[in-house]
Amino acid sequence: MGLAPLPLVNDAGMDLPIQELTPERIAVVFNRIMNTETAARFKVYMNTCVHCGLCSDACHWFLSNDRDPRFSPVGKVKQTLWTLVQKKGRVQPEFIKECSRIAQTECNVCRRCSMYCPFGIDIAYLLLTVRRICSELGVVPQFLQDTVNSHAVTLNQMWVKQDEWIDTLQWQEDDARAEVRNARIPLDKEGADVFYSVIAPEPKILAQLIGNIAQIMAVAKVDWTMPSFDGWDNSNMAMYSGDFETMGRVERSHHDAALRLKSRRIVMGECGHAFRGAVYDGPKWLGWREPPIPLIHAVDFYHELITTGRLKIIKKFSTPVTVQEPCNIIRGRGLGVKLREIIDATCSDFRPPEPDFEHNYCCGAGGGVINCGPNWKASRVKGNSVKAEQLAATGAHIVITPCHNCHSGIEDIISGYKLGMHVKFFSEILMEVIEIPDELQA
Amino acid sequence: MNEIISNLAKSWDWDTPSKNLSDISQWSSNFSEVQELVTSMDGERIASVVRAGDESFTVCVNGEPWSNTFEKAWSLKFSPAGVLFVIAMNEDEWSVFEEDEPWNDTFEYVWNLNFSPNGKIAGVNVRSAEGYGASLNGETWEHKFVQVRSMHISNDGRNSAGSVQMEPLSEGDIVTFKKGIWGLAVNGHPWEQRFLNVWGCAFSGDGTRVAAEVRLKSGSQTIAVDGICWNEQFKAVWEPVFIPGTHEVIAPGLSSKGWQLHINGSPLWNQPFNQVWRQKFGPDGKRLAAVVSPDFGRWSIAVDGTVWKSTFSDVVIEPIFSFDSKHVAAAVKNNNRWTIAVDGVAWNQGFDMAWNPYFSPDGNMVVARIALGKNYFVALDGKLVLGPFEEMWDPIFSPDGESLLVKCVDDSRYFRKILPVKELLKK
Amino acid sequence: MYELVSGPLVWIAFLVFFAGMIYQFLGMLRLAKKDKVIYPYMSLKYSLRSLFHWIIPFASRNMRARYEVTLITFVFHLSLILLPIFLAAHVVMFSFAWGPDWRVLPEMTAQFLTVLVMLACLFFMLRRLMLPEVRFVTEPSDYALLLIAAAPFITGFAANRQWFEYETVLILHMVSGCVMLMAIPFTRLSHMLFFPFTRAYMGSEFGSVRNARDW
Ligand code: HEM
Ligand code: SF4
Ligand code: SF4
Repeated sequence: MGLAPLPLVNDAGMDLPIQELTPERIAVVFNRIMNTETAARFKVYMNTCVHCGLCSDACHWFLSNDRDPRFSPVGKVKQTLWTLVQKKGRVQPEFIKECSRIAQTECNVCRRCSMYCPFGIDIAYLLLTVRRICSELGVVPQFLQDTVNSHAVTLNQMWVKQDEWIDTLQWQEDDARAEVRNARIPLDKEGADVFYSVIAPEPKILAQLIGNIAQIMAVAKVDWTMPSFDGWDNSNMAMYSGDFETMGRVERSHHDAALRLKSRRIVMGECGHAFRGAVYDGPKWLGWREPPIPLIHAVDFYHELITTGRLKIIKKFSTPVTVQEPCNIIRGRGLGVKLREIIDATCSDFRPPEPDFEHNYCCGAGGGVINCGPNWKASRVKGNSVKAEQLAATGAHIVITPCHNCHSGIEDIISGYKLGMHVKFFSEILMEVIEIPDELQA
Repeated sequence: MNEIISNLAKSWDWDTPSKNLSDISQWSSNFSEVQELVTSMDGERIASVVRAGDESFTVCVNGEPWSNTFEKAWSLKFSPAGVLFVIAMNEDEWSVFEEDEPWNDTFEYVWNLNFSPNGKIAGVNVRSAEGYGASLNGETWEHKFVQVRSMHISNDGRNSAGSVQMEPLSEGDIVTFKKGIWGLAVNGHPWEQRFLNVWGCAFSGDGTRVAAEVRLKSGSQTIAVDGICWNEQFKAVWEPVFIPGTHEVIAPGLSSKGWQLHINGSPLWNQPFNQVWRQKFGPDGKRLAAVVSPDFGRWSIAVDGTVWKSTFSDVVIEPIFSFDSKHVAAAVKNNNRWTIAVDGVAWNQGFDMAWNPYFSPDGNMVVARIALGKNYFVALDGKLVLGPFEEMWDPIFSPDGESLLVKCVDDSRYFRKILPVKELLKK
Repeated sequence: MYELVSGPLVWIAFLVFFAGMIYQFLGMLRLAKKDKVIYPYMSLKYSLRSLFHWIIPFASRNMRARYEVTLITFVFHLSLILLPIFLAAHVVMFSFAWGPDWRVLPEMTAQFLTVLVMLACLFFMLRRLMLPEVRFVTEPSDYALLLIAAAPFITGFAANRQWFEYETVLILHMVSGCVMLMAIPFTRLSHMLFFPFTRAYMGSEFGSVRNARDW
């Protein structure tokens, strides 16, 4: 079938390590993973798939690349696992680079395709297995690997040092106090109702989001805390690179931090993949069926604060808004209705996207893809023209994105396709519409 | 509680039935902001960071403010020996204040205030213009590093260790990282060996040896003792501990069989688990207990390799031994309710929170601090015997086991109570 | 020849079919234990909810989007399973040998369904040839499986119509039927066995862990 070759992308995280590989070494690692880390799901999925291609229409990569079959979910499995299994792992090193490109940069493990396959085959799981193989062979896109290195060293995503973290919180506390009287970020408070965790880009580049939450907590009179020690970062790119040992360590430190502070539950900021890691993949690897203490996403938390009246909405945000429904909290945890309810409660002109809820398209950034770095940005943006069309069709000016990955991903789509829209976290909307009672005015 | 505290407890006042040491509501009228309350182990003092002026803070102890004021102050803690410390800043210079007196050195930043297990030495991580280091009772490591992460202090407080970054690393530089640029520094002197990562170190009882988790390459971790790795490698490891009185090290390691405890690299208990961590020796230095997950989603404690009969769905915190090492208790959470389990038997009642349990000196009773909603109680052998209180700290048995020290805030007033155990049990 | 095929071969085919299905089923159960999460995540309620949405035509979004495939695949699979069981000729043979009999399909209906199955196979083949995303993932074995599925119907139809030499065609029909039976447990046709389980697992994971719909 005459398919034009895809543009060649150089990446030090792939090009250097494959020089050290041989088909024999690849086979050893592949067979070890097959024998010790895969079982019923892998085998049954591989044997059951009838090659019908019905999963294709699920994938934004496929839809956006003119229905190029190399981007269909089963097409990605074919180009990676079918060959690996057939050759029992004895493949050329260049093939592993292909695997890394396909599984790590061209699939967001968003699981939309498992809703389209009549058998419910979990293709994202299969492609995560490919990522695992690549990671064990040391082949991971440079910037994704660097993020994982940061997780391994600092237990956070962006090389934030311990002092920088605390310093940032104290600075944001000052800023919050300038707005709300006695607003605080209580550090290491034992027995608080809420242990609030964020992802490292917040202290690193979006510190005002932490200041915002300090104001929201003060206004809603929430008994909360943040840890001054490691475990404050809930994000986890190691889950996506395939370095599950590092993933487990990061997740353990997060849950341990909340357990150590005897918090009643963890509330996490607006991030989707972090939620998935903390609520699902991480606990699973560590042996917990569910997180050891309840863990809820910011959307759930804001819903609770608004519906119980702890936050009073005194005006409505009137610019036309639409929403990017993050896969990991909507398809991944069923928060779709609650997200709509808090948008309805705060915005007067909401334009629903189509398709929506569980069927929404991934932002294209999730699953670690945006962390693969600038070299992969062009293919990522090209691979999600359906998202641009979907957003443009709503006619909204603002896209609410309660997820950090979506936030960056949608910004790239907006500028890439010149949509002239803006992206906001829900907390940014909230800051504009809640009442700060007189006695709390600074 | 542990032996060190029970030794200290001998000199405490066990006779005065109740002392009302401070009226906290008074604090709130004297200061525009009162932060989290902390109490000394013996219960004689209660303190908080409070706002002294518009933008200045101080420390209030039993109602009396310190003479020093600070632009910022945090991490207020009593050492086990009862000395009050705070990390504080004025004019961009951070230091540690010990009972209203600053340490000599000031730093660009100070954090991670912690104490030697014997309670005598306080240590912090510090950053100064020359780099990162640590400071113990005001004595700062001579060498500075690109980065120091966390810091552990030996039992007697004479030695300190932390993982250190030996070379600068620019963002995105995966090549240098792969060489291994992390080490462990003991009293500021780094090991010769470098690793991808060094985590969670532990001192031997005599403080002369240090063990830490190290990563050699992706998916290959082991334990290094004074820089020398075990021969065996694992997919992953967790924190090591030394066998008391020896230089032998025990740590959990993950192989294709599952998680298992290992002694100097060889499997210790035969059976592998879904998870094992927080291994701990009893005071006798022989009995070994650890948190284990025998089946996916089930948690328990194993003592010398034997798993408790009951398992719990959510979490088991850590094993706590009785003084004679015969019994083990733990705070556990099952179906979203916290409780205490003793030798595998859980208390009947569930709570919204349960803190670590403690045995009476004879090992026959277990006490724990419990929360229902925002009310705190003393629970003794499964019964709520005292409370509700607005605030409460861990109750402590007297050395003779006859009384309990209870530190609590009731009706905005802070009390230090000594209660005869016999009477509590009658309730 | 005829005796050999209609006797021992049919026996062997059924034996291989049932033994193979049991073997695959037990293998799956064993491997499911190794995949630690499967049993703890399984939920009867959400398994049934998922199956329900995927065995009713057009109950899921993708079935509505690909309505032609849905229509044809349902006709194909229903006929595939019902025809051999309710075909008059099969029932007569069965009751001759064993006693019990049951209602049979009228001759015309049976012929009509047989044609539908053959047309469906043709459709599947054309789909594989014409749709790039299907063609890309098509291996020679996919055509072989289509042939294995179609052969008993083609030969059965030919036999019924008395095309070619009757006995040869009949033998071919029985052989192809036996091949199909024996192929089911050991090829991708084993989806017949695995379908309820893959769906049940995905349904449980979506329903009880992810709190979301999977259709
Ligand atoms: C009774 C349980 C069965 C179920 C639930 C089932 C379900 C399915 C499903 C969901 C597909 C997906 C593709 C599509 O819709 O076209 C499929 C395809 C297919 N099935 Fe089945 N099936 C069953 C039994 C069988 C049997 C017994 C055979 C033949 C021996 C068979 C032959 C096929 C073939 C040949 C295809 C592929 C069509 C293509 O080439 O695209 N199925 N089946
Ligand atoms: S990006 Fe999403 S829909 Fe596409 S293959 Fe990956 S998981 Fe499936
Ligand atoms: S829809 Fe399912 S069975 Fe069909 S090709 Fe995709 S994964 Fe395979």
